[in-house]
Amino acid sequence: MQDLTFGTLIAVFEEIFGRGLFWAMVVAAALITLGYVYVLVRDRAMSMRKFLLAQLAMPVGAVAAVVFVQVMTDSHLRDIGGPVDVIVLLGVAVMGAVGAAILVYTLQSLFFRKAVEPNLR
Amino acid sequence: MALTDQLTSRRSFLALGAASAAMTSFGSPARAARVATKARIVIIGAGAAGTALVNRLVDRLDGAQITIIDPRAEHYYQPGLSLVAAGLKPASYTVSQTADWLPQGITLVSEYAAAIDPVAKTVGTSGGQTLAYDFLIVAPGLVLDHDAIEGFSLDMVGTNGIGALYAGPEYAAKTWTAAQKFTQEGGIGLMTRPETEMKCAGAPLKHAFLLEDIASRSGARGKFEIHYTAPQTSLFGVPIVAEKVRMLFGERGIASHFGQTLKAIDPGRKLATFTKSSTDPVTGTAVTADVEMPYDYLHVIPPQRAPDVIRQSGLSWADKWTDQGWVECDMKTLRHLRYPEIFALGDVAGVPKGKTAASVKWMVPVVEDHLVAMIEGREGTQVYDGYTSCPLITRVGRAMLVEFDYHNNLVPSFPGLIAPLEELWISWLMKEVALKATYNAMLRGKA
Repeated sequence: MQDLTFGTLIAVFEEIFGRGLFWAMVVAAALITLGYVYVLVRDRAMSMRKFLLAQLAMPVGAVAAVVFVQVMTDSHLRDIGGPVDVIVLLGVAVMGAVGAAILVYTLQSLFFRKAVEPNLR
Repeated sequence: MALTDQLTSRRSFLALGAASAAMTSFGSPARAARVATKARIVIIGAGAAGTALVNRLVDRLDGAQITIIDPRAEHYYQPGLSLVAAGLKPASYTVSQTADWLPQGITLVSEYAAAIDPVAKTVGTSGGQTLAYDFLIVAPGLVLDHDAIEGFSLDMVGTNGIGALYAGPEYAAKTWTAAQKFTQEGGIGLMTRPETEMKCAGAPLKHAFLLEDIASRSGARGKFEIHYTAPQTSLFGVPIVAEKVRMLFGERGIASHFGQTLKAIDPGRKLATFTKSSTDPVTGTAVTADVEMPYDYLHVIPPQRAPDVIRQSGLSWADKWTDQGWVECDMKTLRHLRYPEIFALGDVAGVPKGKTAASVKWMVPVVEDHLVAMIEGREGTQVYDGYTSCPLITRVGRAMLVEFDYHNNLVPSFPGLIAPLEELWISWLMKEVALKATYNAMLRGKA
């Protein structure tokens, strides 16, 4: 490859997931992030109780992200062939974990606000 | 709070990365002003090479009359054919419309180039038009000479255990029909490659690797053998890669047979006849003999040659590849050695290696540079050094990202990160998902 531009990167992701699914995921990710920022600003604090549940969602998110990428690319764990593959795999898992944590935290804050919670700050 | 901080910093880091990437693509200094010219430029062929070039030329030239000649309405993404022939993608994955990739303001003539007169500087088309040119780009691709294999015809593909993935999307899909039966029922798989120069010399290896991988996880497990035949004396033109493939074939139990050229097939008896060349150990002279090999699955790759119009127009090398007719051109600038206003591009160019889309990606900017320079009355400076890339698939899910040049040197794009001779998942991801996007960007002249 001679050069990798932002435009090429977008085109690559469109190719991986299909244009519709890719942009749907981008919109979903943007909405969740916005929601997360919204609840942080609104509450002016992080609830550790909600954060605990969010943390529990992290392994689930990590596994889900890895499985998703493998299904989309006809590959399996047995295809890991070298250190760079482990790095890519961990990168995917970390993104899944962080994404899941943000999602769970945001959903709790938006929809289960009335739950009684001790302030652990 | 620490987590939030981390997230924020991580996100800003990503944003920074995205922004800098965007800067590289959009924020780079504006290109030099377009060159005003009335030059008549004719491009023969709207495949990967012709399309990529024409999209770049319309950005560089103002007022040029550009005509592109190609009768085929469909554009084939040929690097995808290996995936289609292994059941990993549908035929439609490789098909788009030629006209959809072409820029506005040029003329598409949907006919064959029937005659080229490099002295009078004209191209005659199959529809009887005569197009005069100031500059000519010859990029018609190559011809698959299926008739050279006695007893073989394309209508056999997909039946009686016969595959031929080079012949196009439809035939690649039919190839999988025959190959899938082999991966389920087993038997003898026989892989071939031609004696001539060929498109992507890695493709026959990929097909062998993929079928071995799929068969060993399917019904044929323990009930099949694969034989790889080649007219050459090694498995790949680049020695270091050939050695790696030899080792992998050893591990995977794929037998190699060198000096064997497919000559004829007998589909009824499922026998393939090869001309075997060897050296007489006593006299030292070359001897040939016919060898018959049985098969349950046979993959045919026919000899490949320049189209007749090239060979009849006197553009071919007189002393090299005389049975194949590739265009006589400088291997660094791709300019014709006898007619300086003619350039060869893509498969038809008479240079060592270089019959891949990856080569085209690196050839196109060089031809663009020399062509525009010539219009401006100066000398171009860019040089093509034979770059070719082959994401050599070794399993479903793994590949080796092999990149090399004229000198048989490995020229990895990601040195220290993606090892060229290791079977890696990331290289597979590149082949399966990133390559087509890059290819499409190349067609648009953007990569």
